[in-house]
Amino acid sequence: MVGMVAAIGFVLLQTARRWPENPTTPAERINALLPQTQCGQCGYPGCRPYAQAIVEGTADIDQCAPGGDALVVALSRLLGRSPAKLDRNYGHPQPLAVARIDEAACIGCALCIAACPTDAILGASRFTHTVIRSECTGCELCVAPCPVDCIVLEPLSDAEVNANLQAAACH
Amino acid sequence: MPLSELNPPTPKWGIRFDRPNLKTGLPLQPLMPAGQYIVPLVQKDGSAAEPLLAPGATVLKGQPLVALPTGDQGAAIHAPTSGRVSAIEQHSVPGSGMQRCIFIEADGADQAWSGITPVRNPLDDSPASLLDAIAAAGIVGLGGAMFPTATKLDPGSRIHTLVLNGVECEPRINCDDGLIRDRAGEILAGGQIMLHILGAERCIVAVKADTEVAIECLRAALAELNDARFTLALVPPVYPAGGERQLLQILTGQEIPAGGLPRDIGCICQNVATASAVQRFMHTGEPLTSRIVTITGSGVANAINVEARLGTPIRQLIEFAGGYTTDAVQLIMGGPMMGLPIADDSAPLTKATNCIYVHAQQESAPPSAELACIRCGDCATVCPVALAPQLLLNAQRGDDFEALQDLGLADCIECGCCDYVCPSNIELTSRFRRAKHAEREIEFERLRAATAEERFVARTKRLEREADERRAQSEATDAAGNQAEALQRLLERIAKNDDRQKRE
Amino acid sequence: MMFLSRDAPYWRGADSVSKMMMSVNLALLPVMLVSAWILGLGIIVNAVLACLFCVALEALALRLRGRPALASALDGSALITGLLIALAVPPLTPWWVTAVACLFAIVFAKHLYGGLGYNVFNPAMVGYVVVLVSFPQHIALWPAPNSAPGLVEALQFIGGGAFDSATVDAITAATPLDSIKIQLGQMRTMREIFADPTGTQLAYRDWTWINAAALAGGLWLLRKKVIRWHIPAAMLTTMGLLYMISYAADSAVHMAPTVGLFSGGTMLGAFFVATDPVSAATTERGRLLYGAGIGMLCFVIRKWGAYPDGLAFAVLLMNMAVPLLDRYTQPRIYGHGRG
Repeated sequence: MVGMVAAIGFVLLQTARRWPENPTTPAERINALLPQTQCGQCGYPGCRPYAQAIVEGTADIDQCAPGGDALVVALSRLLGRSPAKLDRNYGHPQPLAVARIDEAACIGCALCIAACPTDAILGASRFTHTVIRSECTGCELCVAPCPVDCIVLEPLSDAEVNANLQAAACH
Repeated sequence: MPLSELNPPTPKWGIRFDRPNLKTGLPLQPLMPAGQYIVPLVQKDGSAAEPLLAPGATVLKGQPLVALPTGDQGAAIHAPTSGRVSAIEQHSVPGSGMQRCIFIEADGADQAWSGITPVRNPLDDSPASLLDAIAAAGIVGLGGAMFPTATKLDPGSRIHTLVLNGVECEPRINCDDGLIRDRAGEILAGGQIMLHILGAERCIVAVKADTEVAIECLRAALAELNDARFTLALVPPVYPAGGERQLLQILTGQEIPAGGLPRDIGCICQNVATASAVQRFMHTGEPLTSRIVTITGSGVANAINVEARLGTPIRQLIEFAGGYTTDAVQLIMGGPMMGLPIADDSAPLTKATNCIYVHAQQESAPPSAELACIRCGDCATVCPVALAPQLLLNAQRGDDFEALQDLGLADCIECGCCDYVCPSNIELTSRFRRAKHAEREIEFERLRAATAEERFVARTKRLEREADERRAQSEATDAAGNQAEALQRLLERIAKNDDRQKRE
Repeated sequence: MMFLSRDAPYWRGADSVSKMMMSVNLALLPVMLVSAWILGLGIIVNAVLACLFCVALEALALRLRGRPALASALDGSALITGLLIALAVPPLTPWWVTAVACLFAIVFAKHLYGGLGYNVFNPAMVGYVVVLVSFPQHIALWPAPNSAPGLVEALQFIGGGAFDSATVDAITAATPLDSIKIQLGQMRTMREIFADPTGTQLAYRDWTWINAAALAGGLWLLRKKVIRWHIPAAMLTTMGLLYMISYAADSAVHMAPTVGLFSGGTMLGAFFVATDPVSAATTERGRLLYGAGIGMLCFVIRKWGAYPDGLAFAVLLMNMAVPLLDRYTQPRIYGHGRG
């Protein structure tokens, strides 16, 4: 009897060792799925706060427009909820695009720099600004503050997409 | 001295094709330089080299067309014949899509450029200078990988074994077989130079065990060479034994670690054609301007091996082989298992083109409809990297990328063995290729998201810090303001007093 | 000239599902013929009926599911199910019992799970077990040795007509596994059980022939590479070893290994049931474990269970373990370290 108990205990211990529980918190696991555009379309100031809100039950899983339907499905799978679709009231999913500043029109007001959640716009007051394309998340937060409407969102070129895929493959 | 020979065991994986090799004629049939040549400027890494010449310039055979690239992945490019540069524009290149190419109108004289001098005694030369020479000759891996040979021969770690790979990976391709039959001595001499550069102690020359004539030629050449470092290995004729990783596994019993290179197990693989090109350059000073290519398949009149100048339009090679048959439907660069479709037969012969395979109607009839997987497991049996395609298929159908990763999708070499044996006609390889692409996209999104989050967190911290600083400053300003106000009040009082005094 | 732009690979082998299935059907012929010779023509009638039921149900299910019915119904997999059911149930089974078995095999075990390729359980065994549990008295109609009923008599039974106890007792008898089980329960020894040359001994000889025929068909399938050696070898080795150990321990109350291996559905199960690719494990190690598990469970059920033969239950139980076996017996991928 004692031997059996010891044997079962040993097996359980080994199992626990071999398959350790995921150490991350639920909010972190949700955050890891979010696209990190930090666009605020969900109504929260950034992706992590939204993840936190989902955990606390104050936000639903269908509020992230950049993540699209695929994200909602992934979240429902993670959280064991019934699959749903994106609530279009929070925006429409768009293909990945990055901001471009028309440097001829830019007056150097620095308003967009203040708005950018990832510090992806370079420039100083009274100098034209420019976007670091690899750091831009396409959140569109810089578009509204621009007083001269010189910021447009453009999809990535094929060459850029290919280069990105290559880089991802090497990773 | 007796020849040392290896008879490695037949691997558990792979496929033995029962379709016989088409007999290709011997000796090699050289194609005469005439007409228009198209030389792509694209390099191994996808970048394009900068041409040295403008349209209108005249070139000589072997004259460099681009500045010697500096990166690891770049290779020199030479004019395949003498003539005039007629244009530099976009053209389709097999396996690379539309690329910038130099068009050369051959003048028929085929006059050689005298800018490069042969290396008289390469075995007395320093490895460094030989590597420079190989780079200048534009020699790249001629097995199809196109990796610059000079870079590969400079691994930066100790190499004990050089493998000269004459095991044609795919069925029907036999340009290496033809080369061995014709120039076994040249290959072995090239091998000696490579051994010298690497400082390796042995060289295994690997050929398929069913290529009797080539084996005899190699035996004779090895006997003549009488170099104890050389061993002949007769590799079981199993597809894809000619793949670098699979060949090393067969020869050494060792596996290259995932994500690693042959040098991680002290080995380097070089195609026999590459060795031959090295020796040829050392001996004659002739850079890489031609290669041997197999033209075969049931859609072409005669199956041949032809030594053709790089840049020759594929259409011309097909004509040399007797032209298309009436039922030719698909043009493939490479073999019938892993080749890439070519859309346009005006595309040129490149350094990577070991075979042009022309598919005929009856051979490439649209596959009958995909049936359900019956889990027979035949695909797992033949898989050279021991994957479980039947489980990968389920994961792919469900877009379950976590499972795909767990099951080793990234290790799939896309050899097509699973497709070949699948009784349900499932296009597994094609699905895995798509899944890999999608996985890369997801990985890219993940990386991008990670960077964005990092930057967002950094910015939030910065804003908080700035806010703190502002608060501290404004408190300080407030303190300063109070003093100023007191002073002001004082001044006002004094002024009032003054006024009162004046009135009084 | 326009060229196709289809993806590699461009060559495909000549294997096809229907060829594989037809080979299996062909390999079942010897055991079918030997059974007919020994057990009477009823089994042929049953086989024809079962095949008709199975193919018709397969076509119906495919049609209801909106799939191309005809081609798929004729891929041969439904025929295998029909033949296996006919071989599993006694040759005098009434037609409606066979029909119920086919219904559960094709509709419940196969198509409700998604059809060919998606069934978790071996369809034929599900069908057989359902009728075995539901209609035990009809599933005991094995003809007595040397008194195989003729076609007319068999048709009467299959038609459901000749079902009074006198007729039944006159021409049926327990199978060797059954009679051994019963007589062991009556405290007789093996030697005594096999002493009567017209009883168990004769029945055992008959069943040895049937098993030998199944073995022959199985070996042919192995040679044709339609099935692989792992499952039958593991199953028969495990069973053989267990019989050997128990026989060595006490030969009076345990079957000799040869008796165990050549009676009941052992050979049919090893080569035709356990090797059903859809419901079996797919990795080599998984198949070895799967086969060994079936062998062990079969032995355990025969020895201690309520049924004389445990093959069907053993297969169904191991079917459940397949996803787990597949998951944990994946071979090491090239280039990934050992352990």
